[in-house]
Amino acid sequence: MALTIKEVEHVALLARLNLSPGEKELFAQQLGAILEYFGRLNHLSTDGVEPLAHVLPLANVMRDDEIWTPLDKEDILANAPLEEEGQFRVPRIV
Amino acid sequence: MKLYQQTAQKIGEMLAKKEVTSQEVLEATAERIRQVENKVQAFTTLTLDEAASRAQAVASRQDLGGLAGIPCGVKDNLCTKGIRTTCSSQMLENFIPPYDATVISKLKEAGAVMVGKLNMDEFAMGSSTEFSGFFPTNNPWDLTRIPGGSSGGAAAAVAAGEVFYALGSDTGGSIRQPASFCGVVGMKPTYGRVSRYGLVAFASSLDQIGPLTRDVTDCALVMNSLCGYDQLDSTSLQVDKPDYMSFLHKDIKGMKIGYPREYFQKGVDDSIKDIIKKALLTFERLGAQVEETSLPHSEYALAAYYIIATAECSANMARFDGVRYGYRDDKAEDVEEMMCNTRAHALGPETKLRIMLGTYALSSGYYDAYYLKALKVRRLIKEDFDRAFEKYDLLVSPATTSVAFKLGEKSADPLAMYMSDILTIPVNLAGIPAISIPGGLVDGLPVGVHLMGPPLSEGKLLQAAYSFEQATDYHLKTPVLEV
Repeated sequence: MALTIKEVEHVALLARLNLSPGEKELFAQQLGAILEYFGRLNHLSTDGVEPLAHVLPLANVMRDDEIWTPLDKEDILANAPLEEEGQFRVPRIV
Repeated sequence: MKLYQQTAQKIGEMLAKKEVTSQEVLEATAERIRQVENKVQAFTTLTLDEAASRAQAVASRQDLGGLAGIPCGVKDNLCTKGIRTTCSSQMLENFIPPYDATVISKLKEAGAVMVGKLNMDEFAMGSSTEFSGFFPTNNPWDLTRIPGGSSGGAAAAVAAGEVFYALGSDTGGSIRQPASFCGVVGMKPTYGRVSRYGLVAFASSLDQIGPLTRDVTDCALVMNSLCGYDQLDSTSLQVDKPDYMSFLHKDIKGMKIGYPREYFQKGVDDSIKDIIKKALLTFERLGAQVEETSLPHSEYALAAYYIIATAECSANMARFDGVRYGYRDDKAEDVEEMMCNTRAHALGPETKLRIMLGTYALSSGYYDAYYLKALKVRRLIKEDFDRAFEKYDLLVSPATTSVAFKLGEKSADPLAMYMSDILTIPVNLAGIPAISIPGGLVDGLPVGVHLMGPPLSEGKLLQAAYSFEQATDYHLKTPVLEV
């Protein structure tokens, strides 16, 4: 079943995507079909099964606190869409 | 045989014996690229000038590894310092990484000569390379067909003789599926075996870097240079690094091979099943014990995978917000509008769809029903493999359900496209290693045999793959691209 346009708009806002009316229509259909397919997982009982987020038994990996050379600041800022005084410049926030 | 048709290992030998120079090898590769690249369209960026200086530098040194002087290509989601890394996205069209991925540093240490960056589905999301934000890549065996994806440029370039080997990344089959479609060898190592530092993340708990090569020996050769602990990747495994070349030439007498019946059910073309059945007979003839087995939760893997992968994708893709790098919509009045417009403009339709799916699956009210449920199913799938590997050394299956499909055949139907990964996806959920090797042709198009093993069994996979290769000649077949 297709999602409603309102649902699509809500998710798009969470995802910071400004969708066109055509995209909203398309995603409503496509998401609906895919979510319906996902519904097959409900046929499988998973009572008492521990979720597995990650295959490796790793936690809090630490390294020695050694000083190393950081990446070059100029190289990093060279990719900035807008830079000012060695910082990333963004449009108005509030 | 022309120089560009040789394997990496053979080129290495010829260089060592001074039968050719690294400059001559590079010139042969450059000539081949000039000849066929307009048909194949495997590269997003060519770096032949940098390659020329590398080849020259390598020529004067004796102390380098087994890849010294051998031209290669790298999927365009691996960061290369000073060379643009686009992930085949308009978002990163002009992004110049300030650092090398660990695998790139390792290749450089081994003397590798990179001739370019390879096309892919945008941010590795896709199964055909049609979702590249620039142009599709064509399958060298039939230019009207897709090369597979997302490492489609890598597989096509190796198959077309434009590079001797390539690096790809595999999140749900993105090395093995295109390797199968293009008739080359592709390995996804154990999760944590190869450092992911500098790989632009798609789904961090599933992504793994691996080689695409002409044959199994080259796969072992490249694996030797890629593996190893890296403190820059917190999921890197601190385990011994074997010499993978030492596993070749061992026979497989007494090896126990299972074939899961769920991988031979409806949805897999009969012609593909026939190829794999023939492969199983070959393994048997080589002395392996071959038996049918079961991975009972297989039918749930695709759904679980697409929930987990898109959830992780939606989190990883949040970094493309127009602030620190990449495209920015500079007409916006405030920062939120800037981010929404930037992402809307510079991301392609499949990437947006997956971000939407993942965001939905993680959103309030749906988290338990989708994401948490998928993680539980993931454990059941991993336990299926654990049980199978108590009994079997390796499992064998088809790598793909069909031969390479036509350009445009599935690009409008996301579910049909997702289904094309159905046989390679469970491996990523379980974090285990797997390899696809050429298993024969159907209607003149290559088909891969897929071998899966328990964690850190890359050596055994190479051993079985090499034995199979020695007993067959499928890996020697190449596409004809000349006019």
